Amino acid sequence: MSIREIDVSAVREAVARLCVKANTELDPALYEALRKASAAEVSPVGRSILCQLVENAGIARATGTPICQDTGLAVVFATVGQDVHFTGGSLEEAIHAGVAEGYTAGYLRKSVVGDPLRRTNTGDNTPAIIHYRVVPGDGFEITVAPKGIGSENMSRLFMLKPSQGADGIREAVLTAVREAGASACPPLVIGVGVGGSFEKCAQLAKEALLRPIGQNSADPFWADFERDLLERVNRLGIGPQGLGGTTTALWLAVEPYATHIGGLPVAVCLNCHVARHESAVL
Amino acid sequence: MKDMKYTAGTDNGRTAEPETRRLHAPFSREVIRSLHAGDTVLISGTVYTARDAAHKRLCEALAAGEALPFDIRNAVIYYVGPTPPRPGQVLGAAGPTTSGRMDAYAPTLMDAGLAAMIGKGDRSEAVIDSMRKNTAVYFAATGGAGALLSKCIIASETVCYEDLGTEAVRRLTVQDFPATVVIDCEGTDLYKTAPAQYRKEG
Repeated sequence: MSIREIDVSAVREAVARLCVKANTELDPALYEALRKASAAEVSPVGRSILCQLVENAGIARATGTPICQDTGLAVVFATVGQDVHFTGGSLEEAIHAGVAEGYTAGYLRKSVVGDPLRRTNTGDNTPAIIHYRVVPGDGFEITVAPKGIGSENMSRLFMLKPSQGADGIREAVLTAVREAGASACPPLVIGVGVGGSFEKCAQLAKEALLRPIGQNSADPFWADFERDLLERVNRLGIGPQGLGGTTTALWLAVEPYATHIGGLPVAVCLNCHVARHESAVL
Repeated sequence: MKDMKYTAGTDNGRTAEPETRRLHAPFSREVIRSLHAGDTVLISGTVYTARDAAHKRLCEALAAGEALPFDIRNAVIYYVGPTPPRPGQVLGAAGPTTSGRMDAYAPTLMDAGLAAMIGKGDRSEAVIDSMRKNTAVYFAATGGAGALLSKCIIASETVCYEDLGTEAVRRLTVQDFPATVVIDCEGTDLYKTAPAQYRKEG
């Protein structure tokens, strides 16, 4: 077995680059989904909004202006091979430094306050929120998923009883979407975590947002569940920006996980149409 | 014509596109009385930016009996915290933020003369009551269209609270800024009425 060395400066540079890319270039699959929705939407106001969002994505890409002014909390997922040795300093510090560099050099908004009650802006959008996963091998993959607060504020966690079953999960998701209304900036991308524990479930919901748009669960049972639930969401009538219509969500993904015999946690992480995430492999 | 680019393409002629009306800000109360929930408008003129922290300071100043740093009578406030401009830009991305967080402060500002608000998302009953009482209007701009809306902002100067960074109060000059009347001065709320037309639950 050999140990592979990675200099943390490469991590810093990658994170900085990914922060800017994620905030200025809409995922091509989402762009396509928006374009299709703008033709299919029944509400005239809804169509006009979807067309604005298509035009907006084009302007952002062409000018390097962020797609949305809320360039988010920098949520970072690092998948670290156990045979990797980081050199040149602290990995965690390098990730934070990359965020500071990306948000400053990329003209992104600094939206982080250092203390939740005393609320002084840290000035460089740090600290990032970092999730590590250690895996076999000597690979290293890092994903930056900036998350806006409009939709994050409307995300929900439900600790259901096992007897509430599939209906309970569906009702939890529909409740979250209904109560979010216009505030989460529909058309939405919805990540649902089912199972695990209180905190695992919330993380699953966020990870569900990382799945490529259009790729349903590999498990046919959950793939059917996802398709059905997306249809139900779009029957709510909330529509683009909550002003009525048939396009309330563009995509919905569910990530299930083993859980306790006595529990059925459900987390619903709402995202606007700008479900940002960009990855790099070092 | 510039408004045409904000309407849907030609492949969906099922319903007439909404008619767009041009407004010049600040507006008179008479203009506000003529606006109805569901109207789509293009706003040109002067609007002020303010979001969470600036609202807190404005209301603290009013509570202390101090004069506000700008004339709020008949003013339009846009709930936005833009990204910094790249060289040559007036502002960076500048779409609306969630208005509900300003609900605690909005009635106080309307009592002081505020006439219109631009943001996104629903408002509390207290805000809607105050809008009826003060003949005020609430517009929604498209959340997530920050790059497009930025192009409608042709000038920006910081008015006060510069220490708040993105949350500082700015005086913006906007041109053909697209918005929808969501709550009118009679309290009709498109967020409550519109989704019901498209709901297929049950």
